[in-house]
Amino acid sequence: MGLLASTVLAGAAAAQDVTLTIESWRNDDLLIWQQQIIPAFEAAHPGIKLRFAPTAPAEYNAVLNSKLDAGSAGDLITCRPFDASLELFNKGHLADLTDLDSMANFSDVAKSAWQTDDGASTFCVPMASVIHGFIYNKTAFEELGLTPPATNDEFYALLDAIKEDGSYIPMALGTADQWEAATMGYQNIGPTYWRGEEGRRALIAGEASLTDEEWVEPFRQLARWRDYLGDGFEAQTYPDSQNLFTLGRAAIYPAGSWEIGVFTPQIAGDFEMGAFPPPVAASGDTCYISDHTDIALGLNAASPNADAARTFLEWVGSAEFATLYANALPGFFSLNSSPVEMQDPLAQEFVSWRETCEPTIRSTYQILSRGTPNLENETWNASANVINGAETPEDAAARLQQGLASWFEPQQN
Amino acid sequence: MATRKPFRWHVGVFLAPALLVYSAIMILPLIGTLNLSLFNLEQGQRVFVGLRNFATLFGDPRWSDAFWNALGNNAWFFLVHMLVQNPIGILLAALLSSPRLRMAAFYRTAIFIPTILSFVVVGFVWKLILSPIWGIAPGMLDAVGLKSLFAPWLGREGTALTTLALISVWQFVGIPMMLIYAALLSIPDEVIEAAEMDGVTGWSQFWKIKLPLILPSIGIISILTFVGNFNAFDLIYVSQGALAGPNFSTDILGTFLYRTFFGFQLQLGDPHMGATIATAMFGIILMGVCIYLFTIQTRLRRYQF
Repeated sequence: MGLLASTVLAGAAAAQDVTLTIESWRNDDLLIWQQQIIPAFEAAHPGIKLRFAPTAPAEYNAVLNSKLDAGSAGDLITCRPFDASLELFNKGHLADLTDLDSMANFSDVAKSAWQTDDGASTFCVPMASVIHGFIYNKTAFEELGLTPPATNDEFYALLDAIKEDGSYIPMALGTADQWEAATMGYQNIGPTYWRGEEGRRALIAGEASLTDEEWVEPFRQLARWRDYLGDGFEAQTYPDSQNLFTLGRAAIYPAGSWEIGVFTPQIAGDFEMGAFPPPVAASGDTCYISDHTDIALGLNAASPNADAARTFLEWVGSAEFATLYANALPGFFSLNSSPVEMQDPLAQEFVSWRETCEPTIRSTYQILSRGTPNLENETWNASANVINGAETPEDAAARLQQGLASWFEPQQN
Repeated sequence: MATRKPFRWHVGVFLAPALLVYSAIMILPLIGTLNLSLFNLEQGQRVFVGLRNFATLFGDPRWSDAFWNALGNNAWFFLVHMLVQNPIGILLAALLSSPRLRMAAFYRTAIFIPTILSFVVVGFVWKLILSPIWGIAPGMLDAVGLKSLFAPWLGREGTALTTLALISVWQFVGIPMMLIYAALLSIPDEVIEAAEMDGVTGWSQFWKIKLPLILPSIGIISILTFVGNFNAFDLIYVSQGALAGPNFSTDILGTFLYRTFFGFQLQLGDPHMGATIATAMFGIILMGVCIYLFTIQTRLRRYQF
């Protein structure tokens, strides 16, 4: 009898628990969610359970769209920045979160990636941004007597010196996956040439064109990189590049800051890492970095557990989550207005560039990838082609401009 | 007075389960796809557009370039299979059916095993073998002094598709081999003996006696290869990704369909154009099969023993 009663009571208690499922493309972060973030939240909020259910990054958008259309998606949706999420909001798949208290903790810039064009509605709670730059093997640099470059000339002199010496591949970058060439290459060094936000806004306003000098020059630089990549870089994939660097075979890695969390445990102290921002033309010029609002969390409008999900989202917008997340995942920089203490020295180095350089976001993400052909996807192909030598920088730029002008009105005059 | 045969109800009853299951899971989705290709979104509303999606696919240079590129690549993919996979399959079957070959069962199993492997495994393993960084291919060529022949084949526009086709041949050569092997075994001994009495032996026996008898099997294999290749997707997706790099040189109809239907990275999926491509693929395969059935199949002579 007692056994029966306890079973019934336990059953009743379990029935009150709400389990929220989180859709995400960050399958690398599964352990961090399970071991650090979820326990911290569940301890403070009994009755709400969380399940982190990631999909492979390349498939995430396709899988998520299908799940949302079929009504089988999780309660919480990890939001890609700009148009991909805006489209979900317009279709009614994401709930409006403008009235969430914790939204006050974020600046307008931080929220801009997950707002309607007029800024009236915000539909995802910003989590983090990522910064592009170059990670280098400090131990190898010391061994060869090299220092990180500040200007473009110094950058190529450095690459020549590493190539001359021959013990390291100067730069770990492959073109097989295409996005590496575009994201770690083009979007990394590009803002220096198109002067960050100024160039990006001019393009959206139709005042500049992709065939202008400042948009072609990054492709010319990428074409120069070809001589410094490893043998067979045409078939080198993204994980190949990561491994070449972490195994100490390559000296410089064009990076996104998210690699810090991946590289640090893999290198396990075999060598020391450093980082430098994209080099400028002449010493003293303003530097520009891509500080890309990358990841946020939204609420599935069809979720039956909306109240519990909002409780969780309030917590995601809190300073407590910001500190937890930024330290669990060094290289994902909190967008929260409250300052966050970070332990990782490499992450501190990356974030210090926010003080000295002008930040911008990736040029193709806002508005410009709304149509077909998609500018972001075309840029992948063009960047890989230019490095492979399959297309000249001028031809690639002309092709991108033609594709953009075919559907984007401000570029049609 | 001729009495009418009573209607045979049991035929219908026995056919019904298979017919129902087949209709529900094959015919209905097929009609659904064909139907989807006649609609499109306009101002968020699904509207009937007739054949306008097809006009876009074949008329808009952006869509049609991608489509013809995919079709051309697919044709080359098929040609490599026909020229390499099927002749090698027939050759292997001829060798295996030779009574003097020892350990035939071992070879048969070893050659057939790749066929049962997953595409994911095959794509990944070959990518590793051919990797210029970690692969064993450069090392092996180096060992015989031919390092200069090595190139990052999967990363070059000129070689990537042929390399993938040959990987697929390696995986599936067991299928034509098994089918031809079975056909060769079913040739009655009397026919072979009669040939030997007439002094037809060895290769001339293969060309003059066996090959004509296995032609129907070769026909079936060709059509299976055709349908399989024009529906292929997995291997390219696993090894080159949905963008079918480098520079779309390995893009076939399957990957083109996937990219369009489900979207990719910032490109959102377009079910209507996707269904249009799927319909075009269906038409191409249907045409190929019809050409085979009405021109080749009917001319094949069959021998009854």
